[in-house]
Order: sequence, then C-alpha cells, then structure tokens
Amino acid sequence: MEQQTLTEHKGAPTSYGIYVLIWLALMALTAITAVVAGINLAAFTLVIALIIALVKSSLVVNVFMHVKYEDKIFKIFVAIAGGVLSVIFLLTFADVYFRR
Amino acid sequence: MADIALPPQDIPVVEGSYLENTGKHKGLAAWLLSTDHKRIGIMYMIMLFSFFSVGVVLGILLRLEMISPGGKLFPPQVYNALFTLHGVIMIFLFVIPGIPVTLGNFFLPLQIGARDVAFPRLNLFSFYLYIIGAAVILTALFVNGLPDTGWTFYVPYSLRTTTGVTIAVFGVFIVGFSSILTGINFLTTIHRLRAPGMTWFKMPLFVWALYATSWVQIIATPVLAITLLLIVISRVFGVGIFNAAAGGDPVLYQHLFWIYSHPAVYIMILPPMGIVSEIIATFTRRTIFGYKAIAMSSLAIAFIGYLVWGHHMFVAGMSQQADMIFSFLTFLVAIPSGIKVFNWVASMYKGSIDPQPPFLFVMAFMVLFSIGGLSGLVLGSLATDVHLTATYFVVAHFHYIIFGGGVFIFFGALHYWLPKMFGRMYDKKIASWDLLVMFIGFNLLYFPMFIMGYEGMPRRYFTYLPQFETMQHISIVGSWILVAGLIVMFVNLIHGSIKGPRVGPNPWGGTTLEWKTASPPTHENFEEEPVVIHEPYYHEEALTR
Repeated sequence: MEQQTLTEHKGAPTSYGIYVLIWLALMALTAITAVVAGINLAAFTLVIALIIALVKSSLVVNVFMHVKYEDKIFKIFVAIAGGVLSVIFLLTFADVYFRR
Repeated sequence: MADIALPPQDIPVVEGSYLENTGKHKGLAAWLLSTDHKRIGIMYMIMLFSFFSVGVVLGILLRLEMISPGGKLFPPQVYNALFTLHGVIMIFLFVIPGIPVTLGNFFLPLQIGARDVAFPRLNLFSFYLYIIGAAVILTALFVNGLPDTGWTFYVPYSLRTTTGVTIAVFGVFIVGFSSILTGINFLTTIHRLRAPGMTWFKMPLFVWALYATSWVQIIATPVLAITLLLIVISRVFGVGIFNAAAGGDPVLYQHLFWIYSHPAVYIMILPPMGIVSEIIATFTRRTIFGYKAIAMSSLAIAFIGYLVWGHHMFVAGMSQQADMIFSFLTFLVAIPSGIKVFNWVASMYKGSIDPQPPFLFVMAFMVLFSIGGLSGLVLGSLATDVHLTATYFVVAHFHYIIFGGGVFIFFGALHYWLPKMFGRMYDKKIASWDLLVMFIGFNLLYFPMFIMGYEGMPRRYFTYLPQFETMQHISIVGSWILVAGLIVMFVNLIHGSIKGPRVGPNPWGGTTLEWKTASPPTHENFEEEPVVIHEPYYHEEALTR
C-alpha cells in the first residue's frame, strides 16, 4: 500500500439554501416531537419519537456532517456505529418492555 | 539476532535518539510540549504509574481495615470514600487509558512503519485533557469531601449524597474525551499511515487489538459522557431523569453506565491480548497459529462486548426476559476469548521456547486470566449470580481479569519493550524471580476472596463476621507480598532503563517492525521508510532450521 497523505475532503458543495431548508426541517421535526409527547398515543409515542429522531439524525449526519459526499469507508464507519446503537436500543427496550 | 552476542560496551550509542532530540524546546518543555508519540507515551506512562501507585496504597489501606472485624482503622464513611477513590483512580486514570495511551502511543507508529500518529498535536491535546480530567477528579478531595458512592456512581445514592460527586463525575467526563480523541487518532493512523506493503493481514496483532479498542473507545465512551452529564444535570438542576418519584427510571442509569463500562472492560483487556500474541511469537520463534482468527476475534470481542452489559444488573430490577437474553449473550463472548487462548497455546506447540521474563509474564497471565474468565462464567449464569452478586467473589473475579490479566501483561510488555524504549536491559534474573513473588502474592491476596464471597462476604463492607478472619488475614499478607514484588519490579525496570547494560536494536529476536530500527528509536523512527514483504511473525531462522 502506498503511503497515503491526509487529504482535504472532497465532494459536492452544499448551497446555503439547502442548509437553511434542512435547519427548518429539523426545527419542524423538533416541534412535532414536542407536540406528540403531549398526546397520549400509548406505546406509539416512543416509536414516533424514535422515527423522528432517526430522520433528524440522518439529515444532520448526511448533510451537515457531509457523510453523503464522503468515501464508502466513512459510510461504513457511520453504519457500524448506527448499527451498534440500534442493538443497544433494542436490548434496553427488551428490559423496559417486559418489566413489571 | 547477531546483536545479542555483542558485549554491551561494543554496542554503538544511537545518535539522535528521541531521548536526545529535543526539537525546538529545551529542558522540561522539550517533553511537555513535544508532539513526538514516543515522548507522549513516556509522559503518559509516568502519570499512569503515579496514579497506579496511589491506587495501590489505597488498596493496601482497604485491606488493612480488614485486619480485625469492626473497622478499627477507618470509620465507615472514610472506608467508603477510600474504596471509591481506589476504584475511580484505578479504572478511569490507570486501566482504561492504560496500554493504549502508553505503549500504544509508543509502539503503534513503530509497528506499522510510520513516523508518528496521524494527528500528533491532537495526541498531545489528549494527554493534557487526561491531566485536566485527573486534576478535576482529585479536586473532589478538597471540595465537599470525597465521593462515597463507589466508582459506579449508582443512583439514587449518587443524587442524594452531599459529597463531591458532581466534581468527580465531571472529571471522569473530561478524561472520557481524552479517550475518544486517542481512539480517533489511532483509528486514522492505522487506516492511513501503514508502511508500503503492510496490508491489513500483515499488521501485527497488537495493532489489530488497538484497532478494535479504538472502535470501542469511539463508540462507547460518549455514552458514559452523556450519562455522567445527566447525573450532573440531575444534581444541579433537580431534573428527575433517574428519579422514580419524578417519572424517571433509576435502572436506566445502570443501563447507560454499563453500556459504556462493560465495553470498557474490553478497552482494558484487548490491548493486553494483542501483546500476548507479540510476546508468544517472539519467544517461541514461531508465527502465530490462527493469525486471522486472533485478529477477527479481537473485533468479535469488541462487538459482542457491546451486547452483554446487562449481566451487571441481574438483581437490579431488570425484566426476567432481559436477564435471560443478557446471560445468553454473556456466554457468547467466551467464544472469541477461547479462540485466542487456544491459538496462543497452539502457537507454542513445538516452538523453540525461550523463557525470558516477558514470556513468563504471559504464562502468569494464562493462569490468572483463565481463573478470572472461568469465574466470570459463574457470574454470567443467572442462578449463581443471584447468590454471588455484590460479594467478594465479584471483587476477586474482576481483579483476576483486570489485574491478573490486563495489568500483568502491561508489566510483561514493559519487560518486553523497555530495551527498545531506552536501549538498555534490566536484570532479567531479578525480573523472573520477582514475577514468582508477585504471582504468589497476587493469588494469596485475591483467591481467598473467591471463597469468602462464595460464603457470603459482601463487598464494600467496612467490617465482617469473625468466621472470615483467617481468610482476611491470608488476603492481607498476600497484599504485602504483592506490593513488595511491585516495588522490586519498578526499581529493577527504572534502574535498567537508566543504568542497565546497553542492547542492540533487536535483543529478543523479534520480527515486527519496531525491532528493525534503533534502540532507542530515532526521532523519525526509521532512517528509511520500511517496506513490508512478509507477514508479521516471519522467523527466517526458524524456516531454515
């Protein structure tokens, strides 16, 4: 393997308009989370909150953190971390769901 | 290995070694402001072993409290504070940073043929974050008194106690960032700075172990950081995240804490496992049997290690379904650990074993780690854990794994790499006999705890029933023997690094890249960038024998 040098990250520039749109989407999703928390949806409250959190984090990771424009290896890194986090969530819920 | 035959006076002094090359700064500043990974590794080592010494003194005092029932040496509150400080120092300031920041810093670039880590300034910054975090933790000594919660800071007590939990927890939070940055640095270094020809499966197994460890550091440590921050928020602002009366969940704290702290056990043990592979390959003159299996088992341990945290909480009020899932997953982690041990033993088979001190440390590790690992299976079983949880049995198990496993190999690694770091050799005879003393002391200290724990002696109690007196005394005597051995070991190593006979580049006949450069290495590590052709444990003379 050749000795590699650390390079500036490459990729398509994101326009300020997109950043603002994403920011507005994040604010809207936060507001929806707060509203849903006040409605009694039983077990679905948590599911909806988690889905919204997933969408928000995907936007941040892909756009603000530029992972969308990065090499495959970085996407794999993020996927591994996300996968581990999912398993941690699952196992924690395995306790909370069955607890009496 | 020709240089082994040279008398010490004929071995040339290395010009421009990292010990002499001070860069643009002079004196102490040449160390404190150095971005050379080797100097940073040495600075970490000085700090870590300073904290280790404090932790050992506290451990001795904790044992002395047990000289007779009734807690005559310290009042209960002081005893609680002392075992908390012992745990916090040993876990967060010594064992977790441990091998990666010291020997990892020193040898990772050398083993992959790089000049330095990927981000040398970030490396120095990590060191200072560690120092700042440690200073903040120790500040808790003087503000509101030492925390008395144990090193786990369990709620609800950690929310109620008036001792300096907030400050100590914040200090651990800062140390965590040092750990994350080191992980990022190592991961980038391994991905980007390997020498030409060093493909993934030509990397030494210590590098594989550091790679797996770095992943754990990066993914798990933020969970601890946010958990500790939640304690601070709960204490300072009265937010009821972990308070059942306010709609919170105290068991959730234990989940969050162990989601980090169990993988942290693998931060502690994976690097030593990597070093075991290095030492075995060198002192048996053989390639490692099952190289790929050992490399992959490091990653498997790192991954499965994330899934077993619940075994710390079998009696904490978790659901029974979760108990069963976590117990099953706990047994799974024994598989990659077993793969390693069997491959190490197979590597020694028919090897030309040279029982030098580092190899003897590996032998001690095999015994102690096996006892620790097998007793872990007893604790991983639901039925027996209910009986043994929070007893001395757990204390014994943990110390066999972390001290007998991890720290003994840390010592073994110092004996292995000290000649490389300082270009000098310690007294090998003293080192070998001293290991025997430490081995005896260690087992006298901790094995009686298995028996006492099995018979119901709870941990963290300042007193005990008279029936445990004999076992307590054996354990106390063991602690004195172990400490005597530790003192001799450090004196021998320090004396050897300053006054010991000079050695050449490769005193043990090692095959990895660090043995192909000068002892001590130059500032740039290698005169020319090495090109890797063979797999890491290629013993030419063994093939021609």
